[in-house]
Amino acid sequence: MSDTTTSLVAADGTPLKRKLAQSLMRSRARAFGLALPLLAFILVLFVYPIANFLTQAFYDARFATLMPGTTEVLKDWDAVSAPTEEMAAVLVADLVVSKKEKTIGKVATRVNRELSGTRSLFTKTARSAKKMEAPYMEALIKKDKDWGDIEVWQAMKTASRVYTPAYLAAAVDLKMLADGSIVRQDEDRRIHVILFWRTLEISFLVTLFCFMLGYPVAYMLSTLPARTSNLLLILVLLPFWTSLLVRTTAWIAMLQAQGVLNDLFVVFGLAADDDRFSLIYNKTGTLIAMTHILLPFMILPLYSVMKTIPPSYVRAAKSMGATNWTAFWRVYFPQSVPGIGAGALLVFILAIGYYITPALVGGQDGQMISNFIDFHMRKSLNWNLAAAMGLVMLVFVLFMFWIYDRIVGIDNMKLG
Amino acid sequence: MALDETNNAFVRFDRVQKSYDGESLVVKDLNLDIPKGEFLTMLGPSGSGKTTCLMMLAGFETATHGEILLDGVSINNIPPHKRGIGMVFQNYALFPHMTVAENLSFPLEVRNMGKSEREAKVKRALDMVEMGDFGGRRPAQLSGGQQQRIALARALVFEPELVLMDEPLGALDKQLREKMQFEITRLAHNLGITVVYVTHDQTEALTMSDRVAVFNDGVIQQIDAPDVLYEQPKNSFVAQFIGENNTLEGVIEDIKNDVALVKLDNGDVIDAKPVNVSAKGERTRVSIRPERVEFRKDRLKKGAHLLNAEVLEVIYMGDILRTRLNVAGNTEFIVKTRNAPDQTRLTVGEVIEIGWLPEDCRALDA
Repeated sequence: MSDTTTSLVAADGTPLKRKLAQSLMRSRARAFGLALPLLAFILVLFVYPIANFLTQAFYDARFATLMPGTTEVLKDWDAVSAPTEEMAAVLVADLVVSKKEKTIGKVATRVNRELSGTRSLFTKTARSAKKMEAPYMEALIKKDKDWGDIEVWQAMKTASRVYTPAYLAAAVDLKMLADGSIVRQDEDRRIHVILFWRTLEISFLVTLFCFMLGYPVAYMLSTLPARTSNLLLILVLLPFWTSLLVRTTAWIAMLQAQGVLNDLFVVFGLAADDDRFSLIYNKTGTLIAMTHILLPFMILPLYSVMKTIPPSYVRAAKSMGATNWTAFWRVYFPQSVPGIGAGALLVFILAIGYYITPALVGGQDGQMISNFIDFHMRKSLNWNLAAAMGLVMLVFVLFMFWIYDRIVGIDNMKLG
Repeated sequence: MALDETNNAFVRFDRVQKSYDGESLVVKDLNLDIPKGEFLTMLGPSGSGKTTCLMMLAGFETATHGEILLDGVSINNIPPHKRGIGMVFQNYALFPHMTVAENLSFPLEVRNMGKSEREAKVKRALDMVEMGDFGGRRPAQLSGGQQQRIALARALVFEPELVLMDEPLGALDKQLREKMQFEITRLAHNLGITVVYVTHDQTEALTMSDRVAVFNDGVIQQIDAPDVLYEQPKNSFVAQFIGENNTLEGVIEDIKNDVALVKLDNGDVIDAKPVNVSAKGERTRVSIRPERVEFRKDRLKKGAHLLNAEVLEVIYMGDILRTRLNVAGNTEFIVKTRNAPDQTRLTVGEVIEIGWLPEDCRALDA
């Protein structure tokens, strides 16, 4: 008996399990083949570039490849004792090579990130490195007395690490010292954590406003007859068919000091003509515009969930003696929670990475983390720090997912 | 059942009309009295207005005109949650996010009942429907029949005097449905509650009810006890809708001593009981139940009119034999005979003579 149950065989004698695998193979291969183009597209153009870019958050081989000798000697240096003559000699040799190969700019930029003000020190020294003779340390100090400062050498040691937590540390206002220890950034240079908090605050408030505005609308849509609700759904979707830029600039026209809204306030005596509300180019502007733009992402999942809640539930509750409020709160609302979860998560995650709208209407205090990532990508060209900030965001969003899964359960989420 | 229809009605519909669009009436001038303790079924095809009536009684729809009275008090302006009417819904409407016990406890909680009292009542209600062990389950973990029992218990747990049921057995399979039909009637009678039951299943209506109101086109066509409804339909809609029915069309030749002479369209003449026909020359639709057709002359009265019939098909159904005949041009004429040892077996192609008692053959509106 146990024989037959452990190894069933097909009619031709092959084990049943293998036979089954064979027969499923074809359909599996075909399904895979159908998904292959998209899979390749995503891997090549999405997953690989992002992964590659994100590695820059902790991988920076620029100094190590361009200044190989210096990297080697810095490795053995304890970062406390005075720099040796040998280190100076190797450095000068490396500088000569990098000058010839025109890579000194990159090296200078890299070290400058660790200790600002060192860029010109490197470019200047590299120009005359060829003529330098032993003792090299003296020659260097003669060229610029900064070479006698141990901080310069510590900065180089930090820059010479290939795998470095320095950028990730910088992304959260920490600083890595030459000996590898990590301390908080100087008080006046701590900007990222505040920015992360502000990004979270704005995202949270936008999600809350979207929920407060969207829930009643979604409820109304789900209870109306199909004809009317479809018509109204088009109005909800209409913004999707308009460019994000157009919508944001429309808000500028609405909210600016001489804009429509402020004019109305003045007309109705709610504001003095010379003391108008500042509704834009600040956090308020970012909140208003983002809430408007993200509202459909809240309404649609809510609507699709509410649509599936039969009216008989609330009726049953009322027939049992529940007031309108009790019927809503105890019977309807709990069943709309999957929609709230989906909508809130969608809006929150979209909001956390919002860029164009805060850039246009955010002014100073309405800027978000993505605006800083953009700054580092295009202005300061510190891609490593941009990648590090991106990575911190990504980890945070994944963490939010995890929290959501723990509290609500990811399979409880319905997008429609 | 004492039917004092003038002033002792527990539920009364008084000239109730309902329109959804302001152009047509879904319920047209409904007058209905339901005495206390009665099991009344509203039966009708979909769109006949029966569910609308139930929803008006529950308070989920408002009457466009007329009054609905509960125990002598007009409830038109009383919101549903203050009516104290129990209700069982078509898809049970058990709250999926609560356990069975929580579902049952809900109507008691909103009545601010104490915890121990609630628990006692929930237990009693669960025992009543033989679901005592299922209090901790979620509705999704129950079978259709179990959900239906819980829905019933939930509608009864707060001891309403009136319980409405909107096609509660529609989603169950045949066997379970029959069992639940019995359970519901048993419970209703034991508890002495008044039940208004909506269904489109005529068997259900006949087996469960004290009285059945047949709805069509927003009007009660007939309201009577099941046997009266089946045996003495007042018009051809009721005759067609309740049970199986054979019809023959013709013209009234004469009405004498409560017997109408009907000349069928093929020229044959038969006797029938005039129901809602009155004048000579009026067109009529004659209705005969398949089990009241007789083809053994010894069982018929002398002088009864006989018709020739050709046997088209004999279907063996076990307990009965179902024979399809061609009678006066109607090729869908059915005769049902009990499968008894002495029963004559007919063969296809055979031409026989059939007849019936005049009172079994009702001349109705065409």
